[in-house]
Amino acid sequence: MDTLLILIPAALVASLLALAAFLWSLRSGQYEDLDGAASRILFDDEKPKR
Amino acid sequence: MAPLDDLSTQTAAATCLHCAAPTAPGARFCCTGCEGAYEAVKGLGLDAFYARRTAPSAKPQDDGVIQDYVSRVSVSPEGVATLHLMVEGITCAACVWLIESVYARESDVLDARVNLSTGRLVLKWKGDAARADALVALAGKLGFRFVPFDPSCLTRAGDAEERDLLRATGVAGFAAGNVMMLSLAVWVGSDMGPATKDLLHWVSALIGLPCIFFAGLPFYRSAIGALRAGRVNMDVPIAVGITMTAAMSLSETIRSGPYAYFDAALTLLFFLLAGRYLDRRARGKARATAEHLLALRAAPVTVIDPEGRARAIPVDAVRAGDFVQVAAGERIGVDGEILSGVTDLDTSLVTGESLPRGAKPGDAVFAGMINLGAPLRLRATATGENTLLAEIVRLVEAAEGGRSRFVAISERVTRLYAPVVHVTALATFLGWYFLIGVDWQVAMLYAVATLIITCPCALGLAVPSVQVVASGRLLKSGVLLKNATALERLAQIDTIVFDKTGTLTQGRPVLADDPARAKDDHRFAASMAAASRHPLSRALAATIRDVSIATGVVEHPGQGLTLGAAKLGSRAFVRVDDVLAGPATGPELWLDRGDGRKVRFAFEDAPRDDASETVARLMREGFAVELLSGDRHETVRDMASALGIAEWRAEANPAAKAARLAELAASGRNVLMVGDGLNDAPALAAAHASLSPATGADVAQVAADAVFQGAGLAAVGELLDVARRARELVRQNIVASIVYNALAVPAAVLGYVTPPLAAFLMSSSSIYVVVNALRLGRSRWTRS
Repeated sequence: MDTLLILIPAALVASLLALAAFLWSLRSGQYEDLDGAASRILFDDEKPKR
Repeated sequence: MAPLDDLSTQTAAATCLHCAAPTAPGARFCCTGCEGAYEAVKGLGLDAFYARRTAPSAKPQDDGVIQDYVSRVSVSPEGVATLHLMVEGITCAACVWLIESVYARESDVLDARVNLSTGRLVLKWKGDAARADALVALAGKLGFRFVPFDPSCLTRAGDAEERDLLRATGVAGFAAGNVMMLSLAVWVGSDMGPATKDLLHWVSALIGLPCIFFAGLPFYRSAIGALRAGRVNMDVPIAVGITMTAAMSLSETIRSGPYAYFDAALTLLFFLLAGRYLDRRARGKARATAEHLLALRAAPVTVIDPEGRARAIPVDAVRAGDFVQVAAGERIGVDGEILSGVTDLDTSLVTGESLPRGAKPGDAVFAGMINLGAPLRLRATATGENTLLAEIVRLVEAAEGGRSRFVAISERVTRLYAPVVHVTALATFLGWYFLIGVDWQVAMLYAVATLIITCPCALGLAVPSVQVVASGRLLKSGVLLKNATALERLAQIDTIVFDKTGTLTQGRPVLADDPARAKDDHRFAASMAAASRHPLSRALAATIRDVSIATGVVEHPGQGLTLGAAKLGSRAFVRVDDVLAGPATGPELWLDRGDGRKVRFAFEDAPRDDASETVARLMREGFAVELLSGDRHETVRDMASALGIAEWRAEANPAAKAARLAELAASGRNVLMVGDGLNDAPALAAAHASLSPATGADVAQVAADAVFQGAGLAAVGELLDVARRARELVRQNIVASIVYNALAVPAAVLGYVTPPLAAFLMSSSSIYVVVNALRLGRSRWTRS
């Protein structure tokens, strides 16, 4: 019983963090261009210094 | 193209290094545009582009339109300039890399990001707005075209809705996972003490209730909207189901009962939301295409005020009667009458015609046309919402409104389903309470269990899951589905009506072979034509490889070209005797080298490569095929007999086309209209379902249910094939989910449903439906 009192909140906190990360990524526009993001990762050359 | 055996030195078939179009044997490029783009890419040291791309590049299209980029730049107080652009010519992710790499080299550019899904570029740089032209030209050299737009002009509502759905899906997924974990413990923990079980139920309620409310919002909104309009849609039983489930689970939790269904409600929401989000995304691409039209209308207009000064003002601010200046290469923003200036107009946006039309003072011009020749002075007759273009967009919207009365299969099922479910639940309550005489709480429990078990989870997914898979398959073969119910309507098609120009044909002029024509005249005419950008000139120049451009050619807009005493142009310009030459059979050019001898260059619009094959195959499949064209009688007859189409009509104006479609519909046919021009737009909107090539007028693309890309017509057959198989799968899915319910309802009515059983039934029926949808494999059309 005692373990539950620790483990349930622990599990909840962990998944809340994941949810927060998802909502943040949604807000910062990371889901706007899924096609582009899928291919972008393959072009791994360094961008020239600005 | 006319064969020119003496000119070809090699026989191997070659393709353009840039756009992969077939080229003359031995040539590396199909046109100078491609060569320029290729050299520019190489010059920047970015030739990795050609290894990285997964699709051939688009042929650089320079239609000569001058865009006003500078006035579209917004500069923030910190001195950061931002410009939003729509990019034409992006074919794959390597194009994104290429454009971004070019801008990454500019020291003052802060950010350049291309969105591959929507084909838009956001460009940010430090400095003043005037740099816009130079920056755009950088990537313009690589063969891309840029159209500035005002992001606030575009409908952001669609994007916001998509984001809301995704957010709700994420929240539902989070809650479903956590609650399922707790529920599983309750189900397997038979030796669990009542206090532990209550704790787990309370934690479930704490997570579940707010999440059910938040993630259920899209369904509540849609259900309330439907009820207000006096209709029932799929979201009504869903909303009632999840609300009752949540309420009963809460009451069970409060009184320490065994029946908490939070997990079932949340999994249901999660599946439904995921299905809906994917469904929306599948059509997002087609929506972006339609938004292009709005962007084009938003370009500023140059108005001459009474003092004779030119001012650029927004289209909305132009009033009828104002004097408008249209530079060469500019898109006309208002409807008007020409006061001065003789020119050629590209009317393709409005009429879908590929050939430019001559225009002189007194002629009417319409918004959306492009001025190809000399500057024009117009008097505006209609602006903004009153222009022909806006009128057509409205017509199309009205026709689409009529089409939305089509009752989708999911809706027909719901209309039967919702009353049956709610009456069964009510009967369960009344039966247990009055006939058997249990407590009202218990009777209520069984009634709600009936509602939960019949909650149309699988039914809600039956249609969207198939649609997502079908639109994905079609997208891969170059067909964009725009309308949610288009697939269902396409599956009912039994008659196909084709437009001719630009639909069955390629829509561009090709020089016809003429044995009587001397090679020397041909070569001379081509070198003159190479100096002009008129489509007929280009078609003529393209027939001779490595044509040398004649110097000193003078272009007379709307008439022809002169080089010393030599003339190349229309009949009237070259002074051809109509009696001697006979009537024109199509677009033509005449050459007179100054010696009075007239040489004819006739052009024809060749059918698409696979047109006759596709038409024959469609007829074999049992479709009635018809040809409906605005072109002349003889031309249409020849085309019909060449393709083996028995039923054809020529010289049909837009109203006649729409009337013919109404006639076919009245005789009980379900007609698919395939057309590309503005003159087809009313017919496209009036047909049972409609299809437009991606090369068609923007208006036609807006009016059509689906847009197909590529040079071939095979997409028509493939689309119909996928639609029919999709209908079959939707039927299977609906039958399966009804069978599931039919089996589960007696158990619920008799009071045997437990939370694990509810969770199992709901998840497994949803998964069955999704897996069944995935069976929509590759099309027969592409396989064979």
